[in-house]
Amino acid sequence: MVDATARDTGAPAKARPRRNYDVRRLPGFGAVAIFTFVMLYAPILILVVFSFNAAPSQAQWGGFSLQWYEAAFNNRQVREVSIRSLWLALVASGIATTVSTLAALGTTRVRRFPGQTMIYALINQPLMVPEIVTGVALLIFFAAIKVQTGYTGMGYLVAAHTAFCIPFAYLPIRARLETMDITLERAAADLYASPFQAFRHVTLPLLVPGIVAGFMLGFVISLDAVVITEFVKSAGQDTLPTYMLGQLRRNITPEMNAIATLFLALSLCIVTVFFLLTRKRG
Amino acid sequence: MAEPRESHRWKWLLCAPALTILVLAASGPLLIVLVYSFLTPGNMGGVIWQFSTEGWFRVFFRRDIFDPDDITLNSAHLAVFWRSIWLSLQTTVLCAILGFPTAWFIATRPANTRTIWLFLITIPFWTNLLIRTFAIQELIRNSGTINTVLLWAGVIDAPIQMLFTEFAILIGMAYVFLPLMVLPLYAAMDKLDFRLVEAGYDLYASRLQVLRHVILPLVKPGFIAGSILVFIPSIGAYVTPRVLGGGRTLMLGNLIDLQFGQGRNWPLGAALAITLLVIVVAALMFYLRTLNRDEGGRHG
Repeated sequence: MVDATARDTGAPAKARPRRNYDVRRLPGFGAVAIFTFVMLYAPILILVVFSFNAAPSQAQWGGFSLQWYEAAFNNRQVREVSIRSLWLALVASGIATTVSTLAALGTTRVRRFPGQTMIYALINQPLMVPEIVTGVALLIFFAAIKVQTGYTGMGYLVAAHTAFCIPFAYLPIRARLETMDITLERAAADLYASPFQAFRHVTLPLLVPGIVAGFMLGFVISLDAVVITEFVKSAGQDTLPTYMLGQLRRNITPEMNAIATLFLALSLCIVTVFFLLTRKRG
Repeated sequence: MAEPRESHRWKWLLCAPALTILVLAASGPLLIVLVYSFLTPGNMGGVIWQFSTEGWFRVFFRRDIFDPDDITLNSAHLAVFWRSIWLSLQTTVLCAILGFPTAWFIATRPANTRTIWLFLITIPFWTNLLIRTFAIQELIRNSGTINTVLLWAGVIDAPIQMLFTEFAILIGMAYVFLPLMVLPLYAAMDKLDFRLVEAGYDLYASRLQVLRHVILPLVKPGFIAGSILVFIPSIGAYVTPRVLGGGRTLMLGNLIDLQFGQGRNWPLGAALAITLLVIVVAALMFYLRTLNRDEGGRHG
């Protein structure tokens, strides 16, 4: 691409002498942008720094210490809710990715069919409806089922999280399918592969990056989901976010910073892998 | 030639598992909320299966305890509606003011570093919303970083009360939803034909004129998409006002929550939830209409 500055210097400067006129420059915009980036990261960095604070308060720095991480690891409740969160995210995102892969195969690269718009609307619905509304709706619905069946297990949370993850799992899989080279599958069919063989040995391997990306997105979304979990959970089914939400009302110690930092580190790892998987080549 | 009916069946079969889960745990329950909003509240939460419009009535009005015919506007609820809409609009504007220059900055970086800047905007978006809200809380509380620094520097004598105010909610929402403004704006700027900008300057337009008459009209779709993406989660916000607003500065989400907690009026809560949903759908419809109008204009 030709640099705009280089093009401009060649322009005739008859009426008004022109300096190196960069058409992409807008005064003050760079400063605002840097300010925005600093503002975006400063609160998180401060949170991380104070998780290593020896003093029990945000108001003073008492030297470096890992005591709050130790406290978090020794806190039985924290261990319990963390494991529950990870388990739930794994199961919900796993189911969501499986059903989304099927749905993506049924709706992508096919001739338009009646009801397709409705399917899109259903899949994207959790993206549009505010979480609090979904939370209330599930509270009402599941309360009725609980009364009828007496079942109070993790099934409700799994169902709620799975539905919530589906649009996030579906999007990258569909995007991957859309950009896939259809001629490879045609070639497989030409070579007398059955539709199943073509799918198993050609389509599926090509689709794997999309599926992994969808799974990771769903995983992060499930780990994040606090409002629907708060409304759906039965007694003793706290996840890490709902546990934290409950703790925020009390006196907060840097133990919370330590838990948050570990949580952030996990999200950061997942997002980085996701980013590497989905970035455009070249 | 009409396709035989059977050929669609496999597509439906492939979609069936996903649709079943969505209908059971997302869309279906929404219909039940609608039904519940027309029922009578039970004594200890829940409902009695008896038709009533009282829940909807109470969204906007209230009756005198002693004289049920004495009807007045429910000013407490209206205040919450007003605060939700006003704070969401302010959040959208604040995000636009910060997001536009940021998106422009990213879009004008060399291609190889652009992805990294973009990644930096995306990371906070994928980190836990509760943790980001917690980070803001730690920053602005009375014994938080900002007050500590200001006290130490001698700028103030006593900590400024920022937590549990509308200001705190505004800052918190702008903080957590900013990436939703930057990303669509960037997408619009990425497609921007810089020759048009150059043409503007060649015709002796000032920077401000180019911004006003060339750049802004061209990235308008990104602006509208970003505004909708920020406005919708803001109006439905629950965690941010709960953590940063304290118990007194309620937003719609918290008012709904209250009806299923202490207030224990499920039909009213259901009616409020549907009202919130209607506001969100109205915002989406508005967005789709501007989208269609823009498209129509371009082709026409």
